[in-house]
Amino acid sequence: MKDPQQLDTSRRSFLKSTGNLMIGFNLIPLAFCQTKGATNENPPYQVTPLRPHIDNKLIDSWIRLDAEGYLTILSGKQELGQGIKIALIQIAAEELDISPDRCRIINADTGQTANEGFTAGSNSVEGSGKAIRNAAAEARLYLLKLAAQKWKTKPESLSVENGIVKSPSGDETTYWKLLEGKYIEGTVTGEAIPKNPKTYKYVGHSLKREDIHKMVMGESHFVHDLRMPGMLHARVVHPPSYQDRLVSVDLAEVNAMPGIVKVIRNGSFLAIVAEREYQAIKAWTKLKSLGVWEKSPIDILPSQLIGSIKSSSGKPEEVKASPGIEEVISKAAINHQAEYFRPYQMHASMGPSCALAIWEENLLTVWTATQGVYPVRATLADLFSLDEEKIRCIGVPGSGCYGQNGADDVSGEAALIAKELPGRHIRLQWMREDENKWEPYGTTMAFQLSAGMDSEGTITAWDTNVWSDSHSTRPNGRAASFVSARHLENPFEFTKGGFSAGSYRNGIPEYSIPAKQLHLYNYSGPLRVSSLRGLGAYGNTFAMESFLDELIHKAGKDPIDFRIKNLEDPRAKAVLEKLGEKTEWKSRQKTANNGFGIAYSRYKNSTSYFAVLAEVEINKAAKSYRLKKLTGVIDSGLVINPDGLINQTEGGMIQAASWSMLEEVNYDQNGITSIDWFTYPILRIMEVPEVEVYIIDRPDTPPMGAGEAAMGPVSAAISNAIFDATGSRIRDLPLKAEKINWEIV
Amino acid sequence: MSQDITLNVNGESHTFPADPEEPLLYILRERFSFNGAKYGCGLHQCGACMVLVDSMAEFTCLRPCGSFQETEITTLEGLAKDGKLHPVQQAFIDTQAAQCGYCLNGMIISAVSLLETTPQPTELEIREALNQVICRCGTHSRFIKAVKVASGKLNSKS
Repeated sequence: MKDPQQLDTSRRSFLKSTGNLMIGFNLIPLAFCQTKGATNENPPYQVTPLRPHIDNKLIDSWIRLDAEGYLTILSGKQELGQGIKIALIQIAAEELDISPDRCRIINADTGQTANEGFTAGSNSVEGSGKAIRNAAAEARLYLLKLAAQKWKTKPESLSVENGIVKSPSGDETTYWKLLEGKYIEGTVTGEAIPKNPKTYKYVGHSLKREDIHKMVMGESHFVHDLRMPGMLHARVVHPPSYQDRLVSVDLAEVNAMPGIVKVIRNGSFLAIVAEREYQAIKAWTKLKSLGVWEKSPIDILPSQLIGSIKSSSGKPEEVKASPGIEEVISKAAINHQAEYFRPYQMHASMGPSCALAIWEENLLTVWTATQGVYPVRATLADLFSLDEEKIRCIGVPGSGCYGQNGADDVSGEAALIAKELPGRHIRLQWMREDENKWEPYGTTMAFQLSAGMDSEGTITAWDTNVWSDSHSTRPNGRAASFVSARHLENPFEFTKGGFSAGSYRNGIPEYSIPAKQLHLYNYSGPLRVSSLRGLGAYGNTFAMESFLDELIHKAGKDPIDFRIKNLEDPRAKAVLEKLGEKTEWKSRQKTANNGFGIAYSRYKNSTSYFAVLAEVEINKAAKSYRLKKLTGVIDSGLVINPDGLINQTEGGMIQAASWSMLEEVNYDQNGITSIDWFTYPILRIMEVPEVEVYIIDRPDTPPMGAGEAAMGPVSAAISNAIFDATGSRIRDLPLKAEKINWEIV
Repeated sequence: MSQDITLNVNGESHTFPADPEEPLLYILRERFSFNGAKYGCGLHQCGACMVLVDSMAEFTCLRPCGSFQETEITTLEGLAKDGKLHPVQQAFIDTQAAQCGYCLNGMIISAVSLLETTPQPTELEIREALNQVICRCGTHSRFIKAVKVASGKLNSKS
């Protein structure tokens, strides 16, 4: 324990190089500092002082007790609406025995929190949760040692209740009294053993999210709600299409419009800044009509996509080889081959992306809804040839993103605009069409599957070919990952990095099959792409679980029994068994107008287990169908917050139903034509199915990420249900009713 | 262009100079510093911008502010009375009906409007009333539950 004023050498030297700099930065406004007002019992929360993050190994990097009566948790992961704040609070509160209502959390701020990369891949509870659990356990041990020293007893003999430390002989103090206003200087050594899950009292309970209270009250919550003194409003006029170049534009007319502070042109990057938001929007509308653009048509049109993908027949990546598998399949008693397709699909965030930025004396601060504050900072550093230490990225919640939406691009653009008006806060929000046209989509994919079965209905060989564009073009320290950096007078050259692992995620079946093979063909498609919830697992699972359903049908087997028989992992079997039980699968009422579809997968073949039943109802006369109900069973190990897990899973199921039934990005040679909610419809509440989720809790196993587990299985389950109802198999997403062969129904 | 506009917002009358063509949304967010109504599409398609206008849920992202004169506007911020949340707000908390929460304003405003005219709505009526609001996270089933809970509370009171 040291006095914060008496810094040790390493800390002092660090602060010498960057500490003064930090003082120059804007502090986040109080409204965003988790300042929940005092309740009856709790003292008011004093904002924890800003200290730069130094090293992941310090307890202080994760756990702070400098606000009297409160625990402050720091996490490099961002709240995206997935409920990560409350889950991490529960974990820390548990280890330290502090009531969760005495806990506050600071997320994703390069000025304060650890670098935890991207909030992605359902990794936050596994990654950040583990780090916080360990640091909290160390903090508790550190504090108990202090008390034990004071009372001349052993730390093991002490107990803690809501931050009050007690000895068997009746001594009593608090964590904060023990620290005397100083902070915990220890490191996470691994000496402290986290609690046994059997003794948990906060973890495993459905504690409520505090941010929902703020939202229903209309309190400031989103990056969109930030208001700074003297803040100006900006809009960017993006090119009509990806490769279009701005030839000329008459700026005089827009410059003369009321409230316009500045019109910026840098190559094909065009932006306006106005006093008020509506003035910026009016100028944006006007400026859009004034630009003279050199058009560069998109060369591969939607009707040519499948052909284009399959013709990209360069040497495939041999992800898993099984020499001679083609022969095994061709000689099998039953063999089958089918091709599946997934179109480009949008994140389609409800709130168009927004960011704030300010330049002050060569220091840049950006308030951003990115999934990765550190990667965005590195990319901004490249964009402006600036040291990373001169940039602070503060994560603030945005509208749900489900991967890389426009949040990173808008952050880069806000910084570009703010550079032209030093000392002024710039708030940039994209218009609806900006979000729809410029976000990087989930890529189109194609799948060719073939398999052989013996006469008993046992699968002997399974061969997969996948065609896919990249699943990550996220900010990586190269400026061109910001789309507008490519439009500048001196453009940054974009090169796609390899991220093929995302393309074959869940591509290799988990089922017991003697011969398995997977070849991946990397395809460079016409539209901008990056990470969308689940990456390639969505398409791969759609193809795999649809194809498996075809095989099961050929073999005349039961879809649940067959899966259980061909899986080895008892936890995989258990989700299917529970699904069968909860839905009374064996006694389901099949009529002429309904159909049932089953699908299963273990996300990434290594995290959460999820099985689902979809029930559809067809209307033959109207040639339409309706998704009536989805029932899911999930096992994601130890459950931190059951209601949060159910909420995420329900959301994943409904979003996956929307993608699978309705969604594909439309475009023509002049650009994207899915520019709003009419031209890119998603599921609305009238069509949303009833959803039911069951959890299998496994307190003895580590918690696993769950937010992406439902996406793939739901798509296949709906397709399988349509087949069950109609006898018609749809192999290309989305599952539109007009693709059903109604002649055979 | 600018002229005096009088708006009745959350029970108070405000007169100020404004461009009567400016959509109400930007007045609410900038002049009143409200956060409830949000920009989602600027096209009256998604419902993020909704407020109650004489108890009806209405879009505000295109409709000129001048046309709201002589109406009673209630925003999300005006629903709580005497420090007590509106039963619909409370029900959204009780059922944890949110993921990212960007659509909550439109969902809550639409639900309040529905319950004023239809205190005991059927599930179909709830779905119809909320259908003008987009939710991308897939929280719909919880919204339906929240409206049912609020309806139950309102009716047990009366």
